[in-house]
Amino acid sequence: MANTAKFRIFRFDPEKDRDFRFQDYDVPLEPGMTVLNALFYIQDNLDQSACFRVSCRAGICGSCAMHIGGRYRLACETQASIAKDSRVTIRPLAHLPIIRDLVVDMAPFWAHYKKIQPYLQPGDPDPERERTQTPADRSKMDILIDCILCASCHASCPMTASDEAYLGPAALVKTNRFAVDSRDRALEQRLKIVGDEHGVFRCHTVFNCSLACPKEIDPAGSIANLKRLATTHFLCKPEVR
Amino acid sequence: MIYHDVVVVGAGGAGLRAAIAVNQKNVNVAVLTKVHPVRSHSGAAQGGINAAMGNNPRGGFDSVEKHAFDTIKGSDYLADQPAALKFTRAAPGVILELEHWGCPFSRMGDGRVAQRPFGGAGFPRTCYAADKTGHVILHTLYEQAVRFEHASERDNFKVYDEWMVTRLVIEEGKCRGVIAYHLATGKVEAIMAEAVIFATGGAGRVYLPTTNAVISTGLGLAIPYWAGVPVKDMEFVQFHPTTIYPTGILMTEGCRGEGGFLTNKDGERFLKNYSDSAKAMETAPRDIVARNMQREINEGRGIDGMYINLDIRHLGAEKIMERLPGIRDIAMNFVGVDPITQPIPVRPGQHYTMGGVDTDENGATCVEGFYAAGECACVSVHGANRLGGNSLLETLVFGKFAGEAAADYVLSKSALKKGEAALKQGLDAELEKFKKLTDSTGGEKAGTIRDELGRLMAEKVGIFRKEDELKEAWKQVKGLQKRFENVRVGYSGMKFNQALVMALEVEGNLAMAETIVYGATVRKESRGSHFRTDFPKRDDENFLRHSLVTWDAAEKKMKPTWKDVVLGLHEPKERKY
Repeated sequence: MANTAKFRIFRFDPEKDRDFRFQDYDVPLEPGMTVLNALFYIQDNLDQSACFRVSCRAGICGSCAMHIGGRYRLACETQASIAKDSRVTIRPLAHLPIIRDLVVDMAPFWAHYKKIQPYLQPGDPDPERERTQTPADRSKMDILIDCILCASCHASCPMTASDEAYLGPAALVKTNRFAVDSRDRALEQRLKIVGDEHGVFRCHTVFNCSLACPKEIDPAGSIANLKRLATTHFLCKPEVR
Repeated sequence: MIYHDVVVVGAGGAGLRAAIAVNQKNVNVAVLTKVHPVRSHSGAAQGGINAAMGNNPRGGFDSVEKHAFDTIKGSDYLADQPAALKFTRAAPGVILELEHWGCPFSRMGDGRVAQRPFGGAGFPRTCYAADKTGHVILHTLYEQAVRFEHASERDNFKVYDEWMVTRLVIEEGKCRGVIAYHLATGKVEAIMAEAVIFATGGAGRVYLPTTNAVISTGLGLAIPYWAGVPVKDMEFVQFHPTTIYPTGILMTEGCRGEGGFLTNKDGERFLKNYSDSAKAMETAPRDIVARNMQREINEGRGIDGMYINLDIRHLGAEKIMERLPGIRDIAMNFVGVDPITQPIPVRPGQHYTMGGVDTDENGATCVEGFYAAGECACVSVHGANRLGGNSLLETLVFGKFAGEAAADYVLSKSALKKGEAALKQGLDAELEKFKKLTDSTGGEKAGTIRDELGRLMAEKVGIFRKEDELKEAWKQVKGLQKRFENVRVGYSGMKFNQALVMALEVEGNLAMAETIVYGATVRKESRGSHFRTDFPKRDDENFLRHSLVTWDAAEKKMKPTWKDVVLGLHEPKERKY
């Protein structure tokens, strides 16, 4: 079985099973095959009950983040050959309720996302033409707008595990994206939302999020920036609290 | 029974924009989507979105009329010309609206939205955000959806994510609502609505390889088709010249717009050897470049006989990192090639469904209360070939128009909340269909049929088509449909039953494949993306018209008709670049 990818996959249906289990699957390896292709092979040929989320299979939609071989990755961007030499375990995103197998309930994640008011608040009526922005100002958002909301950071963070109300790295990256947008005028409001014990100050700078991010966004850096802004802001203007 | 004034199906660019338009008219709207909105395929669009704004110094003489002309010429004169003009006129407005909503477009030195050249366009009019334009537009729209959701009272704006619509209920020529399968709970429910807008995207997965997401299947088109709404111009399937070999992932047209070269195994920029691309070279439109690439490969001048090199090395590391960073990531992650030092292996692959649900300029169809917008619709502004940068634009422009039209329709309607019996009947029929698939004793697997169909369509109904191969394809599609009757879904639980979802989608793929093969067979000419080696010339005398196919549910067969193209601005001419 030299040319086989060997996976051990998390299986659980909370309504039917008393506990989770792991099931082994061996997939014939093809050149260029990704872990996502291997999951499809399993679903098509070995076990039609297997389930996972998928959409673009090109690393841009954020559906298929899962824990593969010891770290969070997008299944579509990971070569199946990593499971050639020894069996690789695949688990769902952590710190979110399981719906079934590799599919988790993302509702808490989206609730945090919505809480931070994730939209531009320019504070004035729309002009006739565009609001201008210099290329230098635009470039401040460069990497932040790459976030695909895959929740790898959320799942890797020990603080999201211990505090359900913690906004988590993804929502804070989004906050920072608007905080650094030269067109946005709601910084004070934003800092109020993220400036408490369930916001940026819950972060213990573990940096798991920055290691987990498949887009190399460095959420920890965003959180540090927001902490700095919040601290300066609140120290200078204590009345805003 | 769940009730909303308007139900939008699909939450990509067109669906979200439509829902926002409905909400702006203060009409209750719900979005039903089989994936979370930000997972929609609009997010994969890379290159940009066209609008005659003249921001680029070389675009000073651009105008909406010139944008319309390029669109019409690009369509090989199959676009309905007044619709194309309405489309390009609305373009600058939707770009500005997106910008006002916070969309992080790349910028010119003076701070205005940046624009770059694109294939088939007379001026640099493609607005972009590096090579992630679709991603930032989709996320901006979802952000606005959240804003509207926050702002709305009485649940006036609601998103149902992972609710997959599987049936459209029409009664006495009026739309009554939909049947939807909620993946997380396994429930199947009837949802009543005064108006339904389909924004389900293209049917790319009918083909293999395709740049399209796994979710972009024929089902979104098949649902209205089975309910009796005609589909139009299905034979027009766009093949993108540059999809990565072997996986089919898209390499943006921006690669060529920014100055990339296409070279054969001898390192020659072969496009100069073909009369239709000799002048524009790499910036000629997609159909022409794709055909000439396929000819090179077929005539043995491809690399390893399989692919062409997309060479952007001469742009230099700095420009590649600034303008095409996503492309570099994809090339490195999926084929292990760094485009700064090596050419990228590419070949043409299915990319876009020009055909779709037959609609007018406002997304309205022949069924009262039923609308379609975006890639699943066919207005038609793309005609026989869509220009790069016009598809994101289509989602926003026609999403908006369809949303407004649906809202106006609801506001003008007097008898509300009708059709409960028809919806219940639809629900029962759907449950029975699901049960038949999971209880089947047949030995066929939907996945096998899906792959065989994809390869068959690419091989026999692909870039080059001819009579005998189309006849063979017809026979084989019919054979696969027959085999589908014996498909068994090997899991009967209803919670996240992906095997069931896939089987339903494969059935949709088969229905749309049939309409594509049919259209390709009866259109005995070559126009835009549709190239018949046995009829290599365009034939305006006989085929300057749209092909329509209507499904007759009672007789279980399709009824073909034709519909004239609306001209009025430009007389058809030979198309050269």
